[in-house]
Amino acid sequence: MRIEGIPASPGYAEGPLFDLNQPPASYKAKASAAEEKAALEAAIGKAVARLAALVETADGDAAGILEFHIAMLEDDALSGPAFASIGSGQPADVAWRAALDSEIAGYEASDQDYFRARAADLRDIRDQVVRALSEDSEVALPQGAILYGEDIAPTRFLETDWSKGGGIALKRGSTASHVAMLARSRGVPMVVGLSALAGTFTGLALLDAERGGIIFSPSPAEVEAFRQSASSFADRQGAARTFLTEPAVTKAGTAVRVQVNIAYPSDVDGIDIATCDGVGLMRTEFLFGKALPDEETQYQAYRKVLEWAGDKPVTIRTVDAGGDKPVPGFTVEETNPFLGLRGIRLSLARREIFRVQIRALLRAAVHGNLKVMFPMIATPDEYSQAAALFAQEQAILAAQGVAHKLPPLGIMVEVPSVALAPEGFSDVAFFSIGSNDLTQYVMAAARDNAAVAHLNSVQHPAVLRLITAVAAFGRDKRIPVSLCGDAGGDPAAIPTLLEAGLRDLSVAPAQLAMAKAAIAGVPV
Amino acid sequence: MSASAEATVLITHAVGLHARPSVKFTKLAKSFAAEVEVAIAANGPWFDAKSIVKVMGAKAPKGTMLHIRAKGDGASAAVKALVDLVQRNFDEDADHVRSA
Repeated sequence: MRIEGIPASPGYAEGPLFDLNQPPASYKAKASAAEEKAALEAAIGKAVARLAALVETADGDAAGILEFHIAMLEDDALSGPAFASIGSGQPADVAWRAALDSEIAGYEASDQDYFRARAADLRDIRDQVVRALSEDSEVALPQGAILYGEDIAPTRFLETDWSKGGGIALKRGSTASHVAMLARSRGVPMVVGLSALAGTFTGLALLDAERGGIIFSPSPAEVEAFRQSASSFADRQGAARTFLTEPAVTKAGTAVRVQVNIAYPSDVDGIDIATCDGVGLMRTEFLFGKALPDEETQYQAYRKVLEWAGDKPVTIRTVDAGGDKPVPGFTVEETNPFLGLRGIRLSLARREIFRVQIRALLRAAVHGNLKVMFPMIATPDEYSQAAALFAQEQAILAAQGVAHKLPPLGIMVEVPSVALAPEGFSDVAFFSIGSNDLTQYVMAAARDNAAVAHLNSVQHPAVLRLITAVAAFGRDKRIPVSLCGDAGGDPAAIPTLLEAGLRDLSVAPAQLAMAKAAIAGVPV
Repeated sequence: MSASAEATVLITHAVGLHARPSVKFTKLAKSFAAEVEVAIAANGPWFDAKSIVKVMGAKAPKGTMLHIRAKGDGASAAVKALVDLVQRNFDEDADHVRSA
């Protein structure tokens, strides 16, 4: 049975199905009491860490409740009876439940409404630890599996080992989601919008992420046809590889710079620096994935990429949290996050967090050719404020005698106001067009909504007109302009972008070869 | 020389020594080296004032006479500070004024 969808990251995958939406696993008992105790201790620690991250975003009353939960979990008097039961042979989950249930019963028996209501808090505390306990024994992912379900969390994608193949098949999802971008950059086949996907499937499946579809319980004939398509795709990719090691040049001999987009410092491990002109976009959101990273962690991450790139430029984007990229302890919950406190707006609102990133960047700058850009700039004032923070932190580092360097500071062009009125930005060091967000804001079509995916085209005349105007403004003012959205790596969009005047594209590493091959066919 | 101190204070907070106040109470108790205990009756039972589980477990509603006693370094300072906190209504009134 074949179900049709939308290709989000091209490729072919043949493998066992893995249901992303299966219910949480149950706890598996350990071999010894010592291991049980260690498991319970770790689970309590995990629950506390999660709550601590939530406290950051919560307001008065909610924060008070969370702090109460944390204080309870950190109190040895709560876990003491559970550890004692483990000592007498109980598994951690049973011991923890029993200890908490007896505490809960005490509150339920109170004649005071207020104290009776605290039983719910105790149940919440109990369940948070139970959840943390059972996570460690979640069903292991078979090698080369095709993950299918409603949607997939970016952390799930990052936790998965894709080196043995595999792919992603989603009922909802979007080609512009964060995971889709990650999948393209890692070359993981992915199909979204499989709206006819219903029920639970097991066994082997074939994922066709070139045309967009998945085949369940394939017949031998289907398997054979699939393998032929997969091998033809691999051949075409191989042909493009001959372009990989050469500088990108159009048919008319015009040189085009092709840089790479990376999301994680380790992404550069699989890229030969000789095949690209630098890093056009290094995202920093995933540094902020589980908790707020300290200055040293950030410094090491930036330094690794800068040293890898040698004298080629590395453009690091300051944290672009918010929108579809929430960060616990940093972003705020909003009804319309794409139009809310995200990107530079959030950084300027949470300066103490922004300053940590700025210091790490200033220090890392001495290790290579660093450029820094700000996401979601809408007004010249936002750029001035961010640049002023760099100057302030630079002065502090100088006073402390810490090695540092002020990198060129540029902006992302993704809010239409910038593309429409670029004249307010003639003092920025460079522009980088974020075509995904620019398109979604110009077309008023959310990039994470499959129902409006047809509107999200960079090729719409309105979007192209803005890109052309920014490229012309940059040429006029001698301000470099590049493009780092998905369109830059899309062979179908590349001719239009070059005709619009762009000569600098930044693409997912997996698309480098195909992008250079496409550039070679353009007559400009 | 081992110091000791004891005092009694009336809980006036609307819902008693509950979640948020007990977080403040135990945090404050933990800032002293002295061994600090609380009870809701003069003859006990006595609970560790640094354990939120025990303090909450005392389930002291509004109008309870809370007994506080301490032993060791800074015992009298600890008792005084905790009594003050209860008398200040755990600073909850002030919190509400600020957030309004």
